[in-house]
Amino acid sequence: MNAKLQSIPDAMGRFGLFGGRYVPETLIEALNELTTEYEKACKDEAFQQEFHRYLNEYVGRPSRLYFAERLTKEAGGAKILLKREDLNHTGAHKINNSIGQALLAKRMGKKRIIAETGAGQHGVATATACALFNFPCRVYMGEEDIRRQKLNVFKMQAMGAEVCPVTTGSRTLRDAVNEAMRDWMSTVGDTHYIIGSAVGPHPFPWIVRDFQSVIGKESREQCIAQTGKLPKVVVASVGGGSNAAGMFFPFIHDKDVEIVGVEAGGRGPKPGGNAATLSHGAPGILHGAFSYVLQDTDGQTADVHSVSAGLDYPGVGPEHSYWKDTGRVKYTNVNDEEALAGFDLCSKLEGILPALETAHAVVEAMRIASKLTKDDVVLVCFSGRGDKDCYEIARVTGESLE
Amino acid sequence: MNAIDAAFERLKIGNKKAFIPFIAAGDPDIESTKELAKTLAKNGASIIEIGFPYSDPIADGPVIQAAYTRALNKGLKIEHILKAIAEVSLDFEKEKILVPFVAMVSMSIIHRFGKEKFIEGCLKAGFSGLIIPDLPVEESIEIAKDLKKAGLSLILLVTPNTPKERALLILSACSGFVYCVSVSGITGERDKIPEELLKNLAWLREQTPLPLCVGFGISKPEHAKVLRDHADGVIVGSAIVKHIETAEKVGLPAVKTAIATLAESLVSALNS
Repeated sequence: MNAKLQSIPDAMGRFGLFGGRYVPETLIEALNELTTEYEKACKDEAFQQEFHRYLNEYVGRPSRLYFAERLTKEAGGAKILLKREDLNHTGAHKINNSIGQALLAKRMGKKRIIAETGAGQHGVATATACALFNFPCRVYMGEEDIRRQKLNVFKMQAMGAEVCPVTTGSRTLRDAVNEAMRDWMSTVGDTHYIIGSAVGPHPFPWIVRDFQSVIGKESREQCIAQTGKLPKVVVASVGGGSNAAGMFFPFIHDKDVEIVGVEAGGRGPKPGGNAATLSHGAPGILHGAFSYVLQDTDGQTADVHSVSAGLDYPGVGPEHSYWKDTGRVKYTNVNDEEALAGFDLCSKLEGILPALETAHAVVEAMRIASKLTKDDVVLVCFSGRGDKDCYEIARVTGESLE
Repeated sequence: MNAIDAAFERLKIGNKKAFIPFIAAGDPDIESTKELAKTLAKNGASIIEIGFPYSDPIADGPVIQAAYTRALNKGLKIEHILKAIAEVSLDFEKEKILVPFVAMVSMSIIHRFGKEKFIEGCLKAGFSGLIIPDLPVEESIEIAKDLKKAGLSLILLVTPNTPKERALLILSACSGFVYCVSVSGITGERDKIPEELLKNLAWLREQTPLPLCVGFGISKPEHAKVLRDHADGVIVGSAIVKHIETAEKVGLPAVKTAIATLAESLVSALNS
């Protein structure tokens, strides 16, 4: 089965059944242009070198692969290794994609950048890349998320980006994507839309996965160098699925490596109580792609919930849907309470504050590790640091930082 | 003959242009949608576009998006829309009103509701065609076949940035009429008719016998006056929906009067 798994989307932009383009005609030419330019950039040695130079010198890659001794002891089984994307400049994996796409925008001669953001990490990463490459930048962010992530709003503005509050719908990530797409419809000639996750119409899921694949490539090499073998299991959290796609892709053809994606279980399996799209959703169309989605029976997008602002998205990248249906990746979920406990445990045992998204993956990794032996390795994508979540965690646990 | 094709035949014989208003189903409520459709039909509408409210309409501007949100917040379901249009269609038949309905609907809705079930529902309700704004021509091949079999038109959009070669592909898959988007962007009122649009219309005219109708940003009689010599009709959405959004404040009769006045001024600008 694995040998036959598709590595790049087909001519219709699909991974198996999933992906494609369900967008207004106005955007089709821009997507065609982006596809053509990206294909050229993939083969262009100079582009790849420039990208990796910025990743190394500016982002601080390669990020460390760290043996979490106390978490390992606590779980009482396999060795737990953390791929420290939280140590990147701006504190999360998002910067890998923002730098890559900003370089693509430069190559295409675009004059302006727009982006959407949920938790604010992608907004900060894109504002950073825009400061670096001198692009005017506008970030769409739901009003509800602006409230939850004030610090990130300040950071974006400090770097010169304009943060545009979105007041429609649920006022979160999904509405921010809608608003960014609307902007792009009117400005498509001179503007590039840096989408923040492995979602959206073709070629975005492919491009984002490729720029994030540096995570999995480095992890694979580091794991072999440090332990002499491949991991038994690779774990990452999945909202839209960019850190997971980047972590998983380089392991997809390693048939002995189990791969587990962790979605937001929220308050439980009831509709509206979670954001576990692959566990509770069904194939449908959202934000330009055919993929699993949480909808009602009329195709209206469902409300979702997670304590983590980066995971509460009603869709998921099409490649994840493909990996789910082919059985290559197993998707599970961790609820709010467990994630908060994971945040606490990781902070106290390792002295590392995980982002709440990351805490979901840590919890699942410990569960898995506890069932394995000490000769096995569980590799976790430690996607981001938890500073941004401190206010929200204090709020839900009844404390106050004001 | 499909009712849309028949409507354009009649317009052609009378040397007239099509006025195609758009309303969002269920705004302010589904009973009002029926009345508003009748008002439009009796005040010069050639075809009526019925928008199926969708939670994430990326091609629509704030006015139509807000109308969709209002309708969905009241619990509007697809079945309610189909039932209401079926009732209006029956009334139209009794009163010998020959104004076909076109459904403006996202592919997200069609897919989840079930393609076959949706097409069958549209046929029963008396729709004559579909506009699926988030379904580009490449993805439309399968549904185009099903619609053709059902005798429903598939109206496709051509935009200012559609390359000529691609426009030809779209024209070959399109039926009913061609939806010519006036500007790159979202729906909503705008001041001027771009020069570029007139050139594109002239080129499209040479490529296809299908009627050309212009939408996005068309709101004023002045627009209609400019376009009547270049196109076969105009599609007016946000300018009408804007009146409907005042329904809670001013009441439905006042909205009907305002819409009738707007319709009349547009029809007379198109045909004087």
